[in-house]
Amino acid sequence: MEGIKDKVAIVGMGCTKFGELWDKNHKDLLVDACYEAFEDAGIESKDIQMAWYGSRETGFTGTQLANALKLEYIPISRVENFCAGGTDTFRNACYAVASGVCDIALAVGVEKCKDHYGGFCMDILDPFDRSMVEWELPPASQFALLATRYMHHYGWKYEDFKRILSMIDVKNHHNGTMSPKAQFRREITVEQAMNAPMISYPLGLFDACGVSDGSAAAIITTPAIAKKMRKDYILVRALALTNGAGQAIIQPEYNFISIPETVTAAEHAYEEAGITDPRNEVDLAVVHDCFSITELMTYEDLQFSPRGKAPEDVEAGTFTLEGELPVNTDGGLKCFGHPLSASGLRMIYEVYKQLQGKAGERQLKKADVGLTHNVGGVCGFFNCTVALFGKP
Amino acid sequence: MVGITSYGAYVPLYRLSREAIARGARGEKAICNFDEDSITMAAAASIDCLTGIDRETIDGLYFATTTSPYKEKSGAAIVAMATDLKENVFTADFAHSLRAGTSALMSAIDAVKAGSAKKVMVTAADTRLGVPTSPYEQNFGDGAGALLIGDSNVIATIEASYSVYSEIMDVWRADGDTFIRSWEDRFTTTHGYTAVVGEAISGLLKKTGLKPGDLAKVVLYTPDARRSADLAKKLGFDVKTQLQDPFFNNMGSTGTALPLMLLVAALEEAKAGDRILLASYGNGSDAFVLQVTEQIQKIKGRRGMKGHLESKKVIDDYKQYLVWRGILPIELRKETVAFISAPALWRERDANLRFHGVKCQVCGTIQYPPQRVCTKCHAKDQFEPYRLSDKKAKIFTYSMDYITYPVLERPVVNAAIDFDGGGRTLCYLTDREAEQVQCGLPVEMSFRKLFVKDGIHNYFWKAIPLRT
Repeated sequence: MEGIKDKVAIVGMGCTKFGELWDKNHKDLLVDACYEAFEDAGIESKDIQMAWYGSRETGFTGTQLANALKLEYIPISRVENFCAGGTDTFRNACYAVASGVCDIALAVGVEKCKDHYGGFCMDILDPFDRSMVEWELPPASQFALLATRYMHHYGWKYEDFKRILSMIDVKNHHNGTMSPKAQFRREITVEQAMNAPMISYPLGLFDACGVSDGSAAAIITTPAIAKKMRKDYILVRALALTNGAGQAIIQPEYNFISIPETVTAAEHAYEEAGITDPRNEVDLAVVHDCFSITELMTYEDLQFSPRGKAPEDVEAGTFTLEGELPVNTDGGLKCFGHPLSASGLRMIYEVYKQLQGKAGERQLKKADVGLTHNVGGVCGFFNCTVALFGKP
Repeated sequence: MVGITSYGAYVPLYRLSREAIARGARGEKAICNFDEDSITMAAAASIDCLTGIDRETIDGLYFATTTSPYKEKSGAAIVAMATDLKENVFTADFAHSLRAGTSALMSAIDAVKAGSAKKVMVTAADTRLGVPTSPYEQNFGDGAGALLIGDSNVIATIEASYSVYSEIMDVWRADGDTFIRSWEDRFTTTHGYTAVVGEAISGLLKKTGLKPGDLAKVVLYTPDARRSADLAKKLGFDVKTQLQDPFFNNMGSTGTALPLMLLVAALEEAKAGDRILLASYGNGSDAFVLQVTEQIQKIKGRRGMKGHLESKKVIDDYKQYLVWRGILPIELRKETVAFISAPALWRERDANLRFHGVKCQVCGTIQYPPQRVCTKCHAKDQFEPYRLSDKKAKIFTYSMDYITYPVLERPVVNAAIDFDGGGRTLCYLTDREAEQVQCGLPVEMSFRKLFVKDGIHNYFWKAIPLRT
């Protein structure tokens, strides 16, 4: 099994402003994201041979994209994979290019969450159906299950653990101030985060990411073609996707102190990219901080921190912009909000810009290897993507 | 020899202080939680009644109530499912009269006597509404009782019965009425309750040749605090020693369920040889004489009336009661879910109503909900049903949601629980105080209502902290 390493390249990307975009519909967002990507790649819409369109609650079928961009009679697949939908959309386009069935592919994710009352639907029914015959699984409560058990398992007092989570919130808000496209661009304090209203114990308002509209797009081609288009193209090093099989709610062995989908996806990605010491080999990571606890657990699940030691790394400032391994350099979901199928591509956009040295105020000194991570769904039913990127 | 072979009861955890309804009003009334109704309470009482009894042996279930959530649709079938009775049993709904509890009892006795059934569950529940702040609202309580009728291992034999009927407009609820209507007290007392119940008891004593002094206990339905005592006194009984306490101060009048619940309380205190008189009321009266047998000593492990009455949480928030009963409207969300699927309800009935998980016949792993492929050994379709509703469990982890709906309770507690003997599920925790929720908390399962939409009541199981 060869894997995807160095078989495909990103030659252009686009990303809209994320936020409550009351005056734009999903097609406006698609046009804005894709045309920025076309311009970045130096191509036109007619150069796109195949496309993948990611959306969860925003429009059915690839025709939404075809109509918005007037892509005439090319194959477009719609991808839905919950919060990992954006990265999975990208992944499908990469595999098509790597297989040789097309030379230039477009991957774009979009979501108009704010056209729904209250944004992203609060109620997800198991098994993600709408028949209302089983219990509701609100996202905050699902991730709070992990936080409660993590605290219990490692013997944390609520106030002490809350301070650690709040430090993650503060870090991401600080990074967000330097992201012109972010939804929230203001500093917060640890005290603010700790004292914010409870959403779902033990997670408060600032432990949760926002809900927003947005779109992000990538142009994918082969390294050989990329070389002719630009010098600073970015190579895909690994693409991993895992899905839970319901273990959390069936098996008492499931421990709620780790997300096994992330652990496994990370192992696959590191193997594919040939990374053996993630903490030292990865220069930056943009991870799925839908809730602060998710980011904390992800530090351990991605092998950045030893088991149970992520809080120590948070206190040491390991994951700040100036730290040993900056995480969520653009402010993460915390500051961008989470238009589900757009988020993964927004993360890749940040890694792409950092690796090109075009991340502006928040540009890292060393950015050669970048990682993105999404985890979507509910405990036991997560789908998780881990992707790695590098320079040619 | 036909009689009662087992008993059970259910009184909700919550009690509303009557002071919260009207200044100076005394005592508490039992109120069911927002996710309970007559069907869930009847299921709880039936399950209490079946403690230590093989549910496969039950061949009938009669459910009596004046407050079924459905006008047209059986409640008995839902209670039978929650109680996990086999499918080929006779079920029947008794309704429309406060006498429905004893109507069901009479029918069960007759069925066993006639030999058409061996063990019939009779369960009655009510959650009646009086106009807010009215004496009726203060007097009514919510609860359920259950009696198992059979002809072997009888703990109290049915010696005799006597019934009268009486057409009178004293208390009624017409189609479409939410609250009880009534005529004035002076009329209803004189020609209603006192006259009719008195007539039934006098008729029964005459028929059996028994004197008031021959009875160890007199169990009387009562609409309020005083009425049964006045009647007992008038009939020559000693109120202090003979009249069963109607638990007016800590429960209230539970309508159709009251005669059964009070009989359960009397049986809890009874000894072999005791004669008990039972009388109901509701456009007539059914009166029974029972005699307690030696078997009474073998009844153990039920919460019954005593256990349920002792386990309580008093609230003094009248507004919360009004919201729970749907009397005070609250802002509901823009619905994100459009419907409850009848096919899905039907298809998942064993998992959702019986709370059946499965046990893998290859590796023994217990799993909920039922799977096609084993989560452990991946064997396909090699499972046997496994009842989880009667298993205790412990909380593994939980969350407490302060923003999600329903707004009928805050916070909404979600918990992953591990069952004693194996198996895990994720569920709601109800009847709980936020402060008591913690990892390791022992819980038990309780049959509750999840959602109501388009008149469809979607029942499911939730966990509750172990009631002690």
